[in-house]
Amino acid sequence: MQKVNRDVLLEKAAAMLDAGEVQAVLGWGAGEFAYDVTPRVFETSDELRADFVWNDFCGANLSKYLVSKTKKLEGKLLVFLKPCDTYSFNQLLTEHRFEREKVYAVAVPCEGMADVQKLKALAGDGISSIESTDSGFSVTTIYDDAPVEVKGADVLLEKCANCKSRKHVAYDELLGDEGEVLDSNRFDEVERIEAMTSEERFAFWQGELSRCIRCNACRDVCPACTCEKCVFDNPNSGAENKAPTTSFEEQMFHVIRAFHVAGRCTDCGECSRVCPQNIPLHLLNRKFIKDINTFYGEYQAGAEEGSRAPLVDYTLEDLEAEDVFKKEAE
Amino acid sequence: MRKCSLSKLTDLFQKINESASLYLPATDNAGGAVYTKWADGVEYLDVLNTVRSPKDFFFPQSENLMEFKLKGKNIEILDIREESEDFVIFGVRACDVKSFEVLDRVFLSEPVDSYYQNRRAHAVIISMACMRPADTCFCTAFGIDAAEPAGDVSAWKTECDLYLKANTEKGAQLLAKLSNLTEECDDSEVSPLQEKIRNIMKKLPLEGISLENFGKGKTKEYFDSPLWTELSEACLGCGTCTFVCPTCQCYDIKDFDTGSGVIRYRCWDSCMYSDFTKMAHGNSRNTQVERFRQRFMHKLVYYPENNDGLFSCVGCGRCLSKCPISMNIVKVMKALGGEKK
Amino acid sequence: MQVNEYKPLIVAFCCNWCSYAGADLAGNNRLNYPADVKIIRVPCSCRVNPMFILRAFQRGADGVIICGCHPGDCHYTSGNYYTRRRMALLFSMLDFLGIERERTRLEWVSAAEGAKFAATMNDFAETVAALGENKRLEDLRCKK
Repeated sequence: MQKVNRDVLLEKAAAMLDAGEVQAVLGWGAGEFAYDVTPRVFETSDELRADFVWNDFCGANLSKYLVSKTKKLEGKLLVFLKPCDTYSFNQLLTEHRFEREKVYAVAVPCEGMADVQKLKALAGDGISSIESTDSGFSVTTIYDDAPVEVKGADVLLEKCANCKSRKHVAYDELLGDEGEVLDSNRFDEVERIEAMTSEERFAFWQGELSRCIRCNACRDVCPACTCEKCVFDNPNSGAENKAPTTSFEEQMFHVIRAFHVAGRCTDCGECSRVCPQNIPLHLLNRKFIKDINTFYGEYQAGAEEGSRAPLVDYTLEDLEAEDVFKKEAE
Repeated sequence: MRKCSLSKLTDLFQKINESASLYLPATDNAGGAVYTKWADGVEYLDVLNTVRSPKDFFFPQSENLMEFKLKGKNIEILDIREESEDFVIFGVRACDVKSFEVLDRVFLSEPVDSYYQNRRAHAVIISMACMRPADTCFCTAFGIDAAEPAGDVSAWKTECDLYLKANTEKGAQLLAKLSNLTEECDDSEVSPLQEKIRNIMKKLPLEGISLENFGKGKTKEYFDSPLWTELSEACLGCGTCTFVCPTCQCYDIKDFDTGSGVIRYRCWDSCMYSDFTKMAHGNSRNTQVERFRQRFMHKLVYYPENNDGLFSCVGCGRCLSKCPISMNIVKVMKALGGEKK
Repeated sequence: MQVNEYKPLIVAFCCNWCSYAGADLAGNNRLNYPADVKIIRVPCSCRVNPMFILRAFQRGADGVIICGCHPGDCHYTSGNYYTRRRMALLFSMLDFLGIERERTRLEWVSAAEGAKFAATMNDFAETVAALGENKRLEDLRCKK
């Protein structure tokens, strides 16, 4: 499915490594199967040639790794960024989370990444190989003699099915063609929930949040969550909490998590991608994004480096809290 | 061995449920499965893995241990545990059944954990053979036979029939209650099924995992391996692997101030977390590399060292499918030399 | 007179410079407002972390109100402007989660507005009383 193939990325990175222009390369490494790709730092071109992967399962956003990985290096780190990753990249720069000069950002066009769970639901378990085709995947399992054909569009990650932009907003070099900011339907689901009654919304979220096991994956993967010590991990904060002991604790964690990234969340969708319980966490973030757009004007976090996040800004004419629901009704 | 037509499955569940609460895998309405209390309308979902493992039945994510109340100058200590009643778990896979043995060795050895023991004693486990193992399955490496799952009762499911075989007295008692719904049959009826399963297991992509290089006495060999840094590089430090794991058994004990007293509860802890085993002097493992190493060394070296060579991994594959960055025990084992030659 | 008449528990976060003084003035003027309004004094309304509000509900509050200086009058120049944005978004989020929107409120009360303080509290207490006990953001462990 991806238009720019692995070799283009590989040669770029290997050449720069060999020439000493970068010290290491942050990319995706091969796993046991076609789909279990792990973010990885490569230090030699041999490692790259052996294990570097660029396929339809490179959903992981590498930008957050820059915070810790650049600190460990003297020289430059080459990083591959998909369009949505560049928004996180910009946002992290805005928040001064890493040094720009230590990074060589290579932008890669993306045709959308696949969700292996959706793929397995269609092709069945027991996958022995996955081949990418023009329209999707040809999946071989140990149970079927003939490969199962799966359409790429049917197995996209949620964040890709509602892709907001194929345009890279920050990079040193672009491989392939630049895309456009898209008109996505990403707020449709938020609107569907808003249209429910209060009781229905409560029941909906109780149903979703009750599955939470507080593994903290949503928080730990989030490029906007870069606090050195999270309030929920800090025994001195008074809010430390390790398990969803009551439904209140579930609500508390998710409201505060979403609130803390409100205005800074670029909607990269990693929280929902990693949730082992498939809780649609992106909806909480999108609710904030939608509200910010409605109340304070269109704002896309990460679109512009150095832009001021709406929650650390104000105008004298801001909407009063009591008028929130009137505004939403309009 | 007893046999029952699948058309009578609901009656069977009904019958079991009459004497003890029945739990079985059902949809979680989000693409996964969760052990659900059976009631009319709850449908058994024949999935391989539930997202959360059945360890939750015996070792729940959080449970209240006791409560302290202040009365004048005295502190009253209340036992607020919930007494367990008899219950039946249906559809437990061979790997998960094995995980109970791993947990038992921790919680039932002296000093016995009475909270765990109480629930364990009240449970009857009906296991289920795996007709369609997945690419992430590697239970064979741990000597588990998916074709002959343990438990109080073993079950096999074909297109039209369910076969049940009692392995323990508890299991026999349960099957006796179901005698009106089942008919006697010969053990050999499931043999072709078992052979089929065993053949599938040989074809699985992770068939080549070997434990030869792990277990007792391997601490020094692996502890200082430079590979840990590389393997843990992408680890986010989240607790997904430990919380979906059927054998992870670490917990923390915490106090919750209710305003009118204190509830002391225990909840799952994860060696991936920054405050794991934090003591007065601080933390014994300060980097993610050390925490990551702890998890795998515990499963592959320390636990077998203390438990007669039993590994604390059962090859269920949950961490393989749930890790946000797809780093898992299989990758670690292979990197450390755990592949058949 | 009913003995068991339900009285909601209200937590009011009041800014030190305006609203807390407003509450004081209400008292000095012998103005009535419900005794179940528990005031927590904060240096500025923008000190109120969303977590404070949730924690108040956890600990048994049926309604939470934040009171600050009128826009333009903040002792720290702009604190209440930030509060305004934060609370607008938080209240909207709580509503999105199905928490009754009437349980939270943000009000501007100056040091001279003792009467407004009392009237606001009376009105808020009445609104919350009509909703009944907070069931959706409660923590059962705290209800003993």
